[in-house]
Order: sequence, then C-alpha cells, then structure tokens
Amino acid sequence: MTGHVEPLKIYIGVFVSLLALTALTTAVAFVDLGAMNTAVALAIAGVKMLLVVLFFMHARHSSALTKIVILAGFFWLALLLTFTLTDINSRRWDPSPGPWSAPAPAAPAPAGPAAP
Amino acid sequence: MADAATPHAAEHPPYLAHHFSDIGQQFEAGSLGMWLFLVTEIMFFGGLFAGYAIYRHLFLKGFEEGSRLLNVRIGALNTAVLIGSSLTMALAVRAAQLNRRRALITCLILTMLLGLVFIGVKLNFEWSHDYEEHLVPGMGFSYPGANAPAIELFFCFYFFMTGLHALHMVIGLGIMVVFVWMASRGRFDGGFYSPIEVIGLYWHFVDIVWIFLFPLLYLVGGRY
Repeated sequence: MTGHVEPLKIYIGVFVSLLALTALTTAVAFVDLGAMNTAVALAIAGVKMLLVVLFFMHARHSSALTKIVILAGFFWLALLLTFTLTDINSRRWDPSPGPWSAPAPAAPAPAGPAAP
Repeated sequence: MADAATPHAAEHPPYLAHHFSDIGQQFEAGSLGMWLFLVTEIMFFGGLFAGYAIYRHLFLKGFEEGSRLLNVRIGALNTAVLIGSSLTMALAVRAAQLNRRRALITCLILTMLLGLVFIGVKLNFEWSHDYEEHLVPGMGFSYPGANAPAIELFFCFYFFMTGLHALHMVIGLGIMVVFVWMASRGRFDGGFYSPIEVIGLYWHFVDIVWIFLFPLLYLVGGRY
C-alpha cells in the first residue's frame, strides 16, 4: 500500500468548509469594508487553498522532499509578486499614466490600496 | 493484470518500472514529478496574477467597475460546482487506494460531469452573455463611460485568466476519459494508482486557481 488513506469524514469536512468559506467570501463582498474587502477576500482564498493543498492534495502526508518543492513554488511566487508590486508602488510615475481616452481631463490614476 | 498475485519482491509486478527499487519509490517519484510540474504552473498563472495586480493598481476604478459587470451569483455557484468536483476527485483517489474499481470509475465520471457543468455554465451563461453585452475585447467591445478603456483591459484579463483556466480543465477532462477507460480495464489497484493520484493533484491545482480567480474577478469590485 502506498500513500495514506484519509478517513471519509475528513474529505466531507473539508468539502463543507470550502462551501461555507465560498458563501462567506461572497457575503462579505456585499458589505462595504473599504480597502479591507480585498484583504479579506484574499485571506479567505488563502485558507481555502490551504485546505485543498493539505487535505485533498495529501500534502500533510507527503515526504519532506515534496513539501520542500511545494514551499519552493510558493516562495518563488511570493518573490514574483513582492518585487513586482514594490517596484510598481515605489516608482515615481512621472507623469503618472492617465486614462487612454485622451479628451478627458488628465485624471491621475487613483492611488488605490496596495494590491495583494 | 490486477489479479496477478505477485510474490513480494521476488519478481517485480508488471506496473513497477525496472529503475525503481519498489512501488513506494515509484509512487513517490511520480507525485514529486507532478508537484514540480505544478510549480511551473504556479509561475505560469503567477505571471497573469502579477499582471492583474499591476493594472488593477494603476486603474483601480475601472477594474472595480468591470468586476461589478460580472454575475456574482453564477460565479459563486460555479465555484461550488468546482469544489464539488474536487471532492469527487479526492474520493476517486481514495477509491483507487482502497482498490474499489466501481467507486473509482463512478467518482471519475462524476468529476468529469461537474467539470462539464462548470464549463457549460461559463460558455452559456457568462461568456456568451458578455459577448451580447459587447464586453469581449477585440470583438466589438463597447461600453459607455469614462472608464471604458480600463474596463476593456479588465476584460482582457478576465478572458485570458478564465480562458486558460477552462483550457486546463478541458485537458484534465481529456486525461480523465483515458483513465476511466484504463480503470474499466482493471489497470489500477491499491498497489498501483499513481496516475489517479497525479490527475488528482492536477485537478485540485486547477481548483485552487479558480479559488483565487473568483474573488479577484467577481468580488473585489464590491457589491454594496
């Protein structure tokens, strides 16, 4: 026998949790939390991802080597996003890119909350 | 093949390749290799997510307005359908582990049906609707208001991200057709189910991509 057999209860529990979190994230979108809306939505998505990776993808029972590969994947993704966004956020846009539709009075791009 | 009772380690079972010392090592190599592939997929979709983050940062108002043009109820419902397909896929792997051929085939077919429902809903209720509303960039996009160019950009991201996601699903469905056929011929059992484990990893990965696409495309514009 290869691989760990999860009890059925765990899979059902993860499934119900994922559905509940989907309902929650949808409900939160109807509440005005300002800039926190994006943060909450991404946090819930992160929790859902963890549930899928750990239980459905058996990561918690996989070998140390496989775990390192998984973590390395997320590490490189974090590098990509972090350096891209620090560059975008810290660059002095001069002039800042206006809307493409020329006739409108040059409204600068809104300085929104930091994206994920 | 499945009923061939192979003596332990005396001669290797037909599904054990010569260069592996035992079936555990072969299984481990298979899932490690799949994870390596998924890491490249993380970077592949990661590029799109990074591009999305940049342009959302630059054109926040347009992206939020564009996001509100999507049907959040259909999006949430489809998310539930895809999560359901992940459950049936996890159960398929479990059935293969426990050597339950009938349950394996049933779960694989259920997974495919749920995947087809997802793609069908996308085609019939979302993409076709977007086309009728002139929201497809390059195919007669038109939208009133000052934010139109940024909204067109939002829909570029929307169609590339959901399109590539759907393409991944179609590829997964194609592979599952082959595996259902193989399972019906008794090619898998509790000792050998690497292909089922690996397609499971792939399917769950595609599910995770959607778990992030759903809030980023449908929700972050706010619905209040």
